[in-house]
Amino acid sequence: MLNVLAQTGPGEMLEGLKAIGAGLGYGLAAIGPGVGIGTVVGNAISAMARQPESAGMVRTTMFLGIAFTEALALIGFVVFILLLP
Amino acid sequence: MNGVPIVDDPTATEGAIARDLTRRATWVAPVFLLAGVLGWGIDGLLSSALALVLVAVNFRLGAAIISRAAQISINALYGAVLGGYVARLALMTAVVLTVKAIGLLATVPFAITLLVTHLGLLAWESRHVAMTLAAPGLKPTK
Repeated sequence: MLNVLAQTGPGEMLEGLKAIGAGLGYGLAAIGPGVGIGTVVGNAISAMARQPESAGMVRTTMFLGIAFTEALALIGFVVFILLLP
Repeated sequence: MNGVPIVDDPTATEGAIARDLTRRATWVAPVFLLAGVLGWGIDGLLSSALALVLVAVNFRLGAAIISRAAQISINALYGAVLGGYVARLALMTAVVLTVKAIGLLATVPFAITLLVTHLGLLAWESRHVAMTLAAPGLKPTK
């Protein structure tokens, strides 16, 4: 492993580190929206279970909430694409 | 309760909202395509088009997953939404990495189009959504 590292030039090392950073950043950026979507859906399900007659309204709100939350993951995705060598 | 379908589905409002979002995406598409081709040439045009398609497919796929899962059960809905989130991100990543590997991706117009259309269309759509029991989904007079 150390031999391989010793044989790589500084430029290659930098590119590799950039790729690792981009991947890590994307993964970390996807965690927040995952938690957010879980919260949105969990609360929507509670609402639908309590008041099934309002399911349509709740699903409308849930869909928009999921889509807005997903925008955070898309920001992470865009940064990943921009950083990727 | 968990094994019972949630609704019998005149309330599948997410499909109507996703269709409306796609319709609005086609209205704004020429602006982004023109900006892409003027600023970055053919690659910019293709990248903006790819971003628009990804945004529209993402909305439609998300709505389809929710509608289908809601007919099964509450547990299925929860699992499908969270699984669908990961699957849609993975699909988007695979498509974009493939296009990037081919060498056709202009990252800047792609990034701008993706973020602006996703957030812009949602904000625009929010004005036309009725949050009432009488008319869940799109406003009757939109």
